[in-house]
Amino acid sequence: MATTSTLFGPGRLSPEQMLAPSPTALLRRRIFGHRSLMFGALVLGLMLLMGLGAWFIAPHDPYAQSLATRRLPPIWHAWFWDDPKATWNHVLGTDKVGRDYLSRLIYGARISLLIGVATMLLSGIIGTTLGILAGYFGGRVDLVVTFLITTRLSMPVVMVALAVVALYGSSLEVVILVLGFLLWDRFAVVMRSVTMQARSLDYVTAAQAIGCSTPYILLREILPNILNSLVVVATVEMANAILLEAALSFLGLGVQPPLPSWGLMLSEAKEDMFFSPWMITLPGICLFLLVLSINLLGDGVRDVTAPENRN
Amino acid sequence: MLSYAFKRLLLALLVVLTVSGITFTLTNAAIDPAKALAGESATMADIEAIRKAYGFDRSYLVQYFDWLGGALTGELGESYRMRRPVSVLLLERLPVTMTLGVCALSFALLLSIPLGVVAALKPNSPVDRLALSLSVLGQALPTFWFALMMIILFGVILRWLPISGSDTWLHFVMPSVALGYYATPAFMRLTRAGMIEVLASDYIRTARAKGLRPASVLFKHALRNAVIPVVSLAAVQFGFMLGGSVVIETIFALHGVGFLAWESISRSDIPVVQAIVLLISLFYIVLTLLADLLNAYLDPRIRVA
Repeated sequence: MATTSTLFGPGRLSPEQMLAPSPTALLRRRIFGHRSLMFGALVLGLMLLMGLGAWFIAPHDPYAQSLATRRLPPIWHAWFWDDPKATWNHVLGTDKVGRDYLSRLIYGARISLLIGVATMLLSGIIGTTLGILAGYFGGRVDLVVTFLITTRLSMPVVMVALAVVALYGSSLEVVILVLGFLLWDRFAVVMRSVTMQARSLDYVTAAQAIGCSTPYILLREILPNILNSLVVVATVEMANAILLEAALSFLGLGVQPPLPSWGLMLSEAKEDMFFSPWMITLPGICLFLLVLSINLLGDGVRDVTAPENRN
Repeated sequence: MLSYAFKRLLLALLVVLTVSGITFTLTNAAIDPAKALAGESATMADIEAIRKAYGFDRSYLVQYFDWLGGALTGELGESYRMRRPVSVLLLERLPVTMTLGVCALSFALLLSIPLGVVAALKPNSPVDRLALSLSVLGQALPTFWFALMMIILFGVILRWLPISGSDTWLHFVMPSVALGYYATPAFMRLTRAGMIEVLASDYIRTARAKGLRPASVLFKHALRNAVIPVVSLAAVQFGFMLGGSVVIETIFALHGVGFLAWESISRSDIPVVQAIVLLISLFYIVLTLLADLLNAYLDPRIRVA
């Protein structure tokens, strides 16, 4: 009796537990078994490759105009309608000034990703700092941050962004700055609430009790433990920034021509939409796929790291 | 309740003050209004005269409080480009945007609440999964691109719906769908989560045990409680829709406040831009204030916190 109780008693591992996979193996299994997470990661990875290696992959110069080859149809027009103008040289056709559409789409990934990542970093730094400070210190700090969040939320994002970009001159840098200073609210809201929960946990109390400095506690105890939520919010805001840049450029007040932004390409193709519908379909599909892959990745990370928050 | 309402009101007023300050500063710091007003061929003397006549030579704070005081009494200045009072312009355009907002919100609620209820009745069933997949796909669809695709399909190929203008209710169908669908995933998830929680509660079991008809349990007892959080989300989303109307109204040439905003922004018509940003913010602030007060009234726990 005594031997069995020391072998299998409380505090000891049962045979099932000893044979069970390690937590890391379980996590790995959850990640690779998550189909939409894998799909999102794959598409986003391809888009990243496309953006980074654009100069290598793109068959033509995205800025090279050619009057002789304006508005060429994509290759499937040769298959279905025997259109002799559709050739393999310009697989997805050309735009109204004869620039290769496929090359512009490939270079467009670069702009969308740049805007998404840069905006996410800027707004993430602002929002996370505010959120962690509010959640950790509470009291007056929390009051001020909550007020800032309320104020920010009551300003219409699209209109303010449009107005500021139009009045201060539209360029890639201005768009990133404006979106970065507008999209920090969700970071602040989520980081504030998860920090509040983390603040009362035992390891934080322990760190306070042994006299760790506040910056140390914030950066080394709190931050690593709210990283999961941070990643999820970051993906949401990255997708948001990409969609907003496309909308601004579509309205003619975002990135300026001749940059191959997908939103700008949609704006340029708008006048041809009834005669050359592919011109307006293709950049939209690219945008949709990029945003979808980022969202799926974010949802997947949330499912895998905190399955209890799934719904 | 009264002290909560008072605090909440005070917060709303502070937010209005801050938003108006930010709006005024951002728009006035960007370009010299006297130069914008004078046009490109104006001489320095012209610009100086305009600066005096419009009071742009006064100190910044005086100008701000002058503007804010005017805004409180409905006096929002005159449009630089159209030479008409901003308040008249806004009143002319507001009905179109309000109609669009209400239609878009109704579309979103009518689509998402039934879907959320059905999904909650059978969690993880094919219907639930389908609703969830649709919401994930919808969330990735760029609003303006979705609008263009609808124009091609329903306006050009099928010729069912008009593609621009605001003359009949048919003109509002595509814009409302384009503006409203983006909010449906949020409403649906909230309804679904609320219904799942309520359906598992004791009073629903009691109602079922009493032998009430399932439909009565579902609609009278469960749904009524489950949609309370949806009400405050609807207030927030309505505010967002008014702000987002700028994109949709531009695409469909609906002459509402959003279209006016785009026109004025691209022509640097600062008084109109300021007034519209302030108006949309005010709508949002008032709507969220009302939603919070309603919630506090319905749920006493909020008042104490």
